[in-house]
This record gives sequence, structure tokens and C-alpha cells, in this order.
Amino acid sequence: MIDALGSPSSLLLVGGTSDIAVATARRYLAERPLRVVVAARDTPRRSAVAAELTAAGAQVQVVDFDADDPASPGRMVTEAAAAGDIDVAVVAFGLLGEADQLRTDPTAVAQLAQVNYVAPAVVGTELANQLRRQGHGVIVALSSVAGERPRASNFVYGSTKAGLDAFYSGLADSLVGTGVSVLVVRPGFVRSKMTEGLADAPLATTPEAVAEAIVTGIRRGRHTVWVPGAMRWVMSGLRHTPRALFRRLPI
Amino acid sequence: MSERTLQETVPLVGWGRTAPTRAALVPVNGDDDVRTAVLAATGRGVVARGLARSYGDAAQNAGGTVLDMTTANRVLHADLESGLVDVEAGISLDELMNRFVPQGFFVPVTPGTRLVTVGGAIAADIHGKNHHVAGSFGQHVRWLDLLTADGQVRRISPDSDPDLFWATVGGMGLTGVVLRAQVQMKAIESSRCLVDTDRTPDLDSLMTLLAETDHLYEYSVAWIDTLAKGKRMGRSVVTRGRFAKLDELPAKRRSDPLRYHGSVKASVPDVFPPGLLNLATVAAFNELWYRKAPTRKRDQLQSIPTFFHPLDAVGGWNRIYGPKGFVQYQVTVPFGQEEAMREVLDRLSSFGTASFLAVLKRFGPGNPGMLSYPSPGWTLALDIPVMKGLAGLLDSLDEVVVAAEGRTYLAKDSRVRPETFEEMYDRIDDFRAVRKRVDPDGVFTSDLARRLAL
Repeated sequence: MIDALGSPSSLLLVGGTSDIAVATARRYLAERPLRVVVAARDTPRRSAVAAELTAAGAQVQVVDFDADDPASPGRMVTEAAAAGDIDVAVVAFGLLGEADQLRTDPTAVAQLAQVNYVAPAVVGTELANQLRRQGHGVIVALSSVAGERPRASNFVYGSTKAGLDAFYSGLADSLVGTGVSVLVVRPGFVRSKMTEGLADAPLATTPEAVAEAIVTGIRRGRHTVWVPGAMRWVMSGLRHTPRALFRRLPI
Repeated sequence: MSERTLQETVPLVGWGRTAPTRAALVPVNGDDDVRTAVLAATGRGVVARGLARSYGDAAQNAGGTVLDMTTANRVLHADLESGLVDVEAGISLDELMNRFVPQGFFVPVTPGTRLVTVGGAIAADIHGKNHHVAGSFGQHVRWLDLLTADGQVRRISPDSDPDLFWATVGGMGLTGVVLRAQVQMKAIESSRCLVDTDRTPDLDSLMTLLAETDHLYEYSVAWIDTLAKGKRMGRSVVTRGRFAKLDELPAKRRSDPLRYHGSVKASVPDVFPPGLLNLATVAAFNELWYRKAPTRKRDQLQSIPTFFHPLDAVGGWNRIYGPKGFVQYQVTVPFGQEEAMREVLDRLSSFGTASFLAVLKRFGPGNPGMLSYPSPGWTLALDIPVMKGLAGLLDSLDEVVVAAEGRTYLAKDSRVRPETFEEMYDRIDDFRAVRKRVDPDGVFTSDLARRLAL
């Protein structure tokens, strides 16, 4: 259960090895011990994350999850819920892709759409079914400001996040009155393993800042948060920029 | 009970209006309704709900069934010689007073509100201003009818099945559904209280006064200004009293000594903006309240609502904390651990929570209730609006309380850590053993039970 002051007793990290997922678990563990389910592919990184979170005081359960396997989301949610209610589920998996390759390679586009849109939508549906039965819980979806107005430099990634964002925003509305809520998180450029080697974009942020925004957003009952907060106004401006100008912007 | 009622779910909250969850709320008209709901329970289980004055999530059951017991509110039998009354569990203490004060009987124990049900009073083993003399509510229950997970109704008493009885008293509704109980009422000659008021300038003088003279009074409580700092830390108004005897009433009241009228006079509209209660407004209120109390006053006649339930005059007063809600922090520490109580109060005060008055009281001996809250020592309670940093503060205060071998009150709790709770209640395993015996499949559960893994 999430208590009166917004502290959950269990946390499901889908894409549990992502930097933002791990930072979120660390952020909660800094306050209290809790049960953390790490759902990810069976990799050395997953074992390392499990060990780290255990050392930080979590009661860790590891569950297999593969975004390429259509049967995986259902199995993953069932296994994650077997030991108790899922209070907060963070959907944190995704790929950035190679922008140059994605411009011309249909297979790469299909792959990115699968991992960044199809699988999150299936996971969201499975989670919503489980949480609706529970009568409570929060689903956190990691969207991106890139989805608010896809730009030429990484529009395939942006389009997948636009789809994910639309899915979870709509899911949030469809869950009103069920006791379940959805928090859509729109970070700007996050310095993480996903963006390793890339130059910082303006208003670049960190996994820790995103984790902080997630925890505070849940406490305050928010539905959408931008990280950093100023991104909200930047994106609002960009959304309304005329196309002729927008496509010439160096972003 | 139609299929339709079972399908519909409603959002439920406790008195603090935090952490709402949804459940099917089933009105109860007779034992069969309860039995049907219990036997039909899905994996999400069942819990009974009365007037929902628990501050946290005790009467919530996310995704499951919640029984609305307030429809089971009849008096079944009353013996006006002995003061033994047989009632349905959904009857409120308010109704019991309306019915029996004019007949010369008061409820044996009343909390700061009379808007609680008898079932809830048993489940939380509530206490009142007379704990140091009379103990808690469960000690005045002669028997109770409990519908257990197998659908059977068992009449249990402290003699017939002491383990189940004392697991149910204070058991937060997790052993079954209390359907009926026999309660020993308290004989009174008049409906007026003779009240002594004392003002104390700080915490030391307050604790000394209570320790030295509480035994002279049947009812005793102190209200502390939590915003007073430094030397004035713990300045308080102490009100103590007892029911007046017939010959102590002024002549004009003697013809109708048991006249009683307890009603809600006004209601708080549901439009209070967040932040209305801030340090400035609350400090001003507390200052006024302290100043208006007499330094020392003796034998003042007060009505039952004025002395026992001042807040009941304002319906829905919990709304003044705004939509974010509030928590009540209530903890007790044993005698000899006064320093821990001082530290808790000090840290709450310096944190700058805009809290109205805190209540301090001395408890008498506890009872065999496995999860019953009162035990000999000091109990402190205060309301705190939900604010940034509160979770961490209260967690650290819990550590002070646990180190002092104290505990928190489940009927008020909405946020204690499960592992901290385990350290507070050393008979939790006895409680679990009883639950395993009468409810092996865990049919009875609640958000509280899930949150604390009870």
C-alpha cells in the first residue's frame, strides 16, 4: 500500500536496469526499506542492480522481462504481483536508437517501435488490469520531451515516445475512478547509459533528478511532470513554433 | 444484497482523508448479509467499516469488500438495573448516549468523538479521558458475537475463548465481523460534569501536575500548545473532572438532572483551500485558546459535549486541513521515559508543523488485548497537515518512541513503517496465531493489514 504520506511498500521496475529505474529505487530506499521487483533480461547488469538494491535495504525479487517477446509482459506482471500488491510500477525500458540508421533502415524502425511503443503499451495494459483488481496503485511511464514535437534529428525515437505518451495519458483518463493513477514523466536530455557519448542538450538532467520528480509527483498526485520543470514551458513554446521556423532550429 | 451492489466500487478514505482506495461497499442488514459477503469474498478479502473515524486505512480494503455496518444499529436489550446493554455493532456511542443518558447511564469509555460505532470501539479498543481509572473499551464488553471466516457466529467472552476475545479487542477487524456486543454502561446521577481547569506554563509542570493529582479525578486530559517554544514549550490547559451527583447540581437543574442534547451544530463546507492553516493562523488560535483558559478554576459545571466532545459540535472538521488531508501522530511511552516524550514534542514543535493543540494523557494499566494500544505511561496525540518532509520526521520520531519501548496507535496510524510496527507490539505473533486459527485463508484484511503485513 502507498501510505498517507506517499511512501509505497513495493516498487516494480520494468526495465529494471535502466539508470532512471535504479535511481528511483535508490531514492525510495533512502527513506525506507521496501520490496523492489527488478524486471529485465537476465544479464550481468541485472544481477548487479539486484545486489546493489539489496545492499541498500531492499527486499529484491528478480523477474524476467524481454520487450521483444510478446508473451513476456503478462508473465512478468503475474510473477511480480505473486508476492503482494504492486504499489508503484515504473515503466522505464526503451532505446534511443541510431538516428542515422533509423532514417533509412525499416528493420531498425520496426525494432524501435516494438521496444519503445508496442511493448510499453502491452505492459501498460497488463499493469492496468492488475492494479484495477487491486483497487489502488500508480503506474509511472517514462515518456520524453522528444515526443511532444518530434524533430528531424531524432523523429523516429520522438514518434515512439509520442505514441507511448498518448497511450499512457489516455490510460490515465480511462483509469479515473478505479483507484489507480498514472504519472507520465517527460524528461529532457538525461545523462545516462542511454545517452553515453552524446553531447549534452540544453537543460540536460540526471537520472537522480528524474527519480526525485517521480517520487514527488506521486506524493503530490500529479499526472504529468517535466524534468527539469522548466522543460514544460520550453516545450510549450516549441509546440507552438511555426514549422518553417521549427525545422530550422538547431535542436 | 444484489449482484449490482457487489460490482460497484466506491472510493473510501479514513478521517485524515489520505490514501483513498476503492472497494465494493456492502450495506449490512442482518447476519445473513455479512455471512454472504464473507463467504463470497474474493482474494481481496473483507473488512467491516463503521463511522470511519479511524484516521488512516483501517476501514479500507482496496479491490475487495467493505461492509457498511452503520445499518446494524439497534439496541437489542437493556437492563436498567445493571446497566448491561446488548447492541448491534453498528450503533454509535452518540446514539447510546441519546438513548441512555436520560436513563442514567453513560458509555463506559468515550474517545474525543462520540461518532464511533461499538464495533469500531472494540476493534480499536478505544480509550478516553478515564483510561487511568476505567481502562479501555474492551474491558467493558461482557461478550461479543463474532462472525468468522467460516461463516459461523461465535459468542465469545474473556472467559469462553480468551485468545479470540483479546485478539478481537484491538484487532482492527481482522479476526472477523463483530455483529453484537454486550456493554456494561456506567451509572450517572446527572448529565453534567464537574470540571477543574488548570493552566501550566511548561511541560515539566504539566507532567508533575498530572502525575501528582490525576488519581483524584475520573476524567483527565491536557491540551498542549505545540507551537510554544523555548521556556514555554509544553504550556498547557488541563481539564479534569467527574460526573456531578444530584445534590451537586444547582437547584434549578435538579428537576431534570439527566437532560441531554448532543447534536452537530454546524458543518465545515468542503471548500477549504490548502494552506489556510499556516503557522500564523494556527499560532494565533493556540495563543488565544491558552489565554482564554483560566489559570485555575474549580467545580465548573459542563455538559457532556463540552467536556468530552468539543469538536463534535462542528461536523466534518477534518475538512479544515484541505484536500491534501492530515495525519494524526499518536504514540505512548512508559512512565520513566518522559525524556522521550519531551524529545518527540520538541522536534515536532521545531519542525514547524502548523498543528493545533496536542493532547497529553496518562494511561493506567493495559489489558490482555494483543494489539490493544494503551499501556501504563504517557500518550501524546496531535494532528499534522500533510506537508513536505513529514514522512521522514515521523519515521525518526518513531525511532525515539521504539527506543523508549513505546508504540503507535493503529486506529490513528496511516504511515508507520511495518518493521517499526513489529518492534512496537510484542504480542503480534500471538495475534497472528489466533488469526491463523480462525481465518487460515486470510479472508479478513484491510489496507492497514496489507500496509503493515499484519
